Amino acid sequence: MTILRTTAQITEILDQLACRIKGAYAEPPRLIGLHTGGAWIAHQLASRLNWAEPAYLDVSLYRDDFSTSGLKRSGDTQGMPPALDGDHVLLVDDVLFTGRTIRAAINVLFDYGRPGQIDLAVVFDRGGRELPISPTFVGEELGDLGAKRCKLTGPAPLTLVDPET
Amino acid sequence: MPGPAELQLNRDGNLRHLLTTEGLSRELITSLLDTADGFRSAQGQPVKKVPLLRGKTVVNLFFENSTRTRTTFDIAAHRLSADVVTLDIRTSSASKGETLFDTLKNLEAMQADLFVVRHSAGGAPFFIADRVTPHIAVVNAGDGTHAHPTQALLDLMTIRQHKGDPNNLSVAIVGDLRHSRVARSLIHGLRAMQCPDIRAIAPGTLLPNDLADLGVRTFHRIEEGLSGVDVIVLLRLQKERMIAGLLPSEREFFKLYGMTEDRLRLAKSDAIVMHPGPINRGVEIANEVADGPQAVILNQVTNGIAVRMAVMAMTISTQQADALCRL
Repeated sequence: MTILRTTAQITEILDQLACRIKGAYAEPPRLIGLHTGGAWIAHQLASRLNWAEPAYLDVSLYRDDFSTSGLKRSGDTQGMPPALDGDHVLLVDDVLFTGRTIRAAINVLFDYGRPGQIDLAVVFDRGGRELPISPTFVGEELGDLGAKRCKLTGPAPLTLVDPET
Repeated sequence: MPGPAELQLNRDGNLRHLLTTEGLSRELITSLLDTADGFRSAQGQPVKKVPLLRGKTVVNLFFENSTRTRTTFDIAAHRLSADVVTLDIRTSSASKGETLFDTLKNLEAMQADLFVVRHSAGGAPFFIADRVTPHIAVVNAGDGTHAHPTQALLDLMTIRQHKGDPNNLSVAIVGDLRHSRVARSLIHGLRAMQCPDIRAIAPGTLLPNDLADLGVRTFHRIEEGLSGVDVIVLLRLQKERMIAGLLPSEREFFKLYGMTEDRLRLAKSDAIVMHPGPINRGVEIANEVADGPQAVILNQVTNGIAVRMAVMAMTISTQQADALCRL
């Protein structure tokens, strides 16, 4: 296991990310973290921004890789409102790669109605997109990591690792 | 030749059919129940349907009459976005003399992904699972007096939800255990979950002979058997049993074994009362208990949908992974 970003580096990235998010909104949007890593990040951002506790979303039932990877549940959906009609949503995830998780998350959100706007904040963008998805806020661009793996471990301390080297 | 317990698992120990609770590990049952808990929380969402099994076809094969079980399997498959075909075989090919094997081959030719099988003959789902094309999952929805594994799993889910881990609970099963596939499957499930105290309460004519081998204590007097239990599982009394001379009358059964408020007080004060349904009021259960705060019978029905979703998702998932390995 190789450490790609230390806890101190991630803390600094999150501080800057929170600062940019704060400046972008007059009213706090509805913060929704994607299980598992995105949920940790959403929680950290909410406490830095002094926003309400975020909602947490499990998208495993909406994934498109069920036929190859099977069912992998990551956590329970918590704190979602009965409907999101017209709401301004800020989705939060840890590492953005192919974009397929975000596609699944957007599908889940639409089962709650018609959101007014959906933004996306990620801590790391590792390239390799397979869908036309572009984040609104990025903590750090890692460039194209190709077939390498990278994974956030947490919830505390947060570290970005390559589990295979 | 492997039996149902071996046939339902693949080489990695994952569930590819669900035929019986016999031989399932605590880990596997726990993982099934955790998945079912996830589906239960998804049922509270505005859109109850998830796209997990989109494009898959589930065929309900009901060789025996059942409304409740079939309906919950139907709803479970629909909520996973599968296409569902229900065949009431009693009224179709079987009555025209087609063998089970030929019916099966015809259904395979329709490109199904999962068969839900209910049959009055014990072992029929096993027969089908043993002969079916490799990529098709088979789920037993009740076979004869043999097994009803999804009912046992939903019972375990309900127990876990209300009373926590069965590994420190006392569970009493009351009624016709001898002819009950529900009781048999639940006993195997409770044993797998390391339940330390399983009791059977019934007259001698309604108790099977092998309970002691399964570690079940038997009681003929309900007052003794209920003492200090956490969970009471009532079984449905079937009218045929009276005709067979195993019981004098329904009234007699209620007098000796019916769950009344007085008898319920013998169990722990927070004990739950379960019943697989449909209930016979005034036979197995008094109105006050059936409608009382300790009854969790309708919750069992809700959990039944979540458990069946979990079983379908897990078996199809295993079959897909195995199919990829064969390529």
